[in-house]
Amino acid sequence: MKTKMNLTKSTKSTLITVGIVVVAYIVMQILGGAGMLSSLMKGLLVPLCIYAIMAVSLNLTVGILGELSLGHAGFMCVGAFVSAFFSLYFKETMAAGPRFIIAIILGGVVAALSGLLIGIPVLRLRGDYLAIVTLAFGEIIKNIINVMYVGRDEQGIHFSMKDAYSMNLSSEGQILINGAQGITGTPNDSNFTVAAILLVLTLIIVLNLVNSRPGRAIMAIRDNRIAAESVGINITKFKLLAFSISAGLAGIAGVLYAHNLSILQAQPKNFGYNMSIMILVYVVLGGMGNIRGSLIASVILVLLPELMRQLNDYRMLIYSIVLIVMMIFNWSPKAKEFREKYSIKRLLGKKTEKGEA
Amino acid sequence: MSSFFSYLINGISLGSIYAIIALGYTMVYGIAKMLNFAHGDVIMVGSYMAFLAMGSLGLPPVVAVLLAVVVCTILGITIEKIAYKPLRKAPSLAVLITAIGVSYFLQNTALLVFGANTKMFTSVIKLPPVILGDGGVNISGETQVAIVVCIIIMIVLTTFIKKTKAGQAMLAVSEDKGAAELMGVNVNGTISLTFAIGSALAAIAGVLLCSAYPTLSPYTGSMPGIKAFVAAVFGGIGSIPGAFIGGILLGIIENMSKAYISSQLSDAIVFTVLIIVLLVKPTGILGKKINEKV
Repeated sequence: MKTKMNLTKSTKSTLITVGIVVVAYIVMQILGGAGMLSSLMKGLLVPLCIYAIMAVSLNLTVGILGELSLGHAGFMCVGAFVSAFFSLYFKETMAAGPRFIIAIILGGVVAALSGLLIGIPVLRLRGDYLAIVTLAFGEIIKNIINVMYVGRDEQGIHFSMKDAYSMNLSSEGQILINGAQGITGTPNDSNFTVAAILLVLTLIIVLNLVNSRPGRAIMAIRDNRIAAESVGINITKFKLLAFSISAGLAGIAGVLYAHNLSILQAQPKNFGYNMSIMILVYVVLGGMGNIRGSLIASVILVLLPELMRQLNDYRMLIYSIVLIVMMIFNWSPKAKEFREKYSIKRLLGKKTEKGEA
Repeated sequence: MSSFFSYLINGISLGSIYAIIALGYTMVYGIAKMLNFAHGDVIMVGSYMAFLAMGSLGLPPVVAVLLAVVVCTILGITIEKIAYKPLRKAPSLAVLITAIGVSYFLQNTALLVFGANTKMFTSVIKLPPVILGDGGVNISGETQVAIVVCIIIMIVLTTFIKKTKAGQAMLAVSEDKGAAELMGVNVNGTISLTFAIGSALAAIAGVLLCSAYPTLSPYTGSMPGIKAFVAAVFGGIGSIPGAFIGGILLGIIENMSKAYISSQLSDAIVFTVLIIVLLVKPTGILGKKINEKV
């Protein structure tokens, strides 16, 4: 971090975004210390950070890279299960601190690798293939985890794709992953402080990437692929870079998620298509490509449904309408005309710049 | 051996349904250059319409199917007019997100209107099963009808595109929208027609699907929709015979992996096929390579 007073515009913007999180964290800690937070609110603090990390990382793919990922929850699922397995395996033999740090790194790296694996065949193609393949990936991961059984006894690790009995565990054995029942007994290492630190880290990683040379290359690809290619940008390489970082960050959100619950199962509810769409709504509502927007939108959209429980049945319906209306409002020629005619700037008597989208 | 044969026949039947759905994807993709995510949910709406027409109104199956086709056609055109038409010039990401929004909208509206409970769909087909080879192979009426309907649709559609003016207009628009417009082709009308045909086919596929697998819920359409998209990519997106071949192959792969590998992993296997196809031949079996002009 720079210590000079004349900060660049991008550094200033990064500092403001990180500052928002830090201030929010301090306020929450003070409120919590004074006993002014309801238990509902306390329970929401870690999920808030998880969703914010998810939204920021998805924005890297959707807003900055300009590709659509519909399996972001799948990467979260990978991070969650890998780290939960690791933590459970070393529950007795390692201290909580280093174990959790390794779990976070492991979850992030494995999720990033799976992003790379998906990205290599798909990201060299043009068109909307990434959307469908990531969607498929999310489903595959859930399917595979639900038929996976892993256990251990004094002879070592046992593995089966059928059921818990066919692992032939001895009486001393312990089931680590129990198919559809998932992983039980993950140590609850997540807390608000760790979650907030990881959120800040995510923001710094993404914002620094955006303002770096590779980040500029990634945005150039988004804006005009052919022009970017003609100035010598390696399209596939930078696409893969952005996508695997995005997947890795989703994996870290998964690690937080897994260590916040004692029972981890791969269900449609938590790692399914719905979840991926929900995160997409956060990104679209916050503004595609606007990292701070994703942060704010995810906080609002996580808190709002909790405050308006009676609307819960209509929540997904409202989200779908938000998606459609936002897109039409942003891109329809008529809506553009309307916005230019009735823009706030113009109503206040200021000149609007022509040609601005 | 006879069990292998019946798996094969059932696979072809399932594949025929995928092929009919894949046609909707492939035609819309060819003409509007967009991935219509809501297509799978149009299937669901069609099935519900047929279900209600037969169950609540007591209409005969043929009328019920016709009603479903009409409702889906109108739905398809309406979706196109409201959600996709304003976005003709928008980047493909925006259109894709809108399509997901529409898909979600249909799913959640159905959830509110029809409830989350799974309904039992009574088959519209009353044909006796054909039994071959000393009773070893049993081909149900649904299986026969699905295959026959798929073949008829393929023939009719290919003739329609080759012989009629509207069909030629569709080809022209898919080739070059601007040039087609200059030649006096009604581009908006052609795109609407494409959506209408795709949605009508979706309704037929929905009825066939629910007759063969008689459960109906708001999520009925999404998985077959995605798999049909895989089929369309497999065969070469934008190509009508490709949708047919891709659909049939995918149906066979899915049924075989259900029978011989694992029923829980069959979806995973289908999607792995997609990834392999994209790795080896991204344009699909019959797809053309499009050179990009700068």
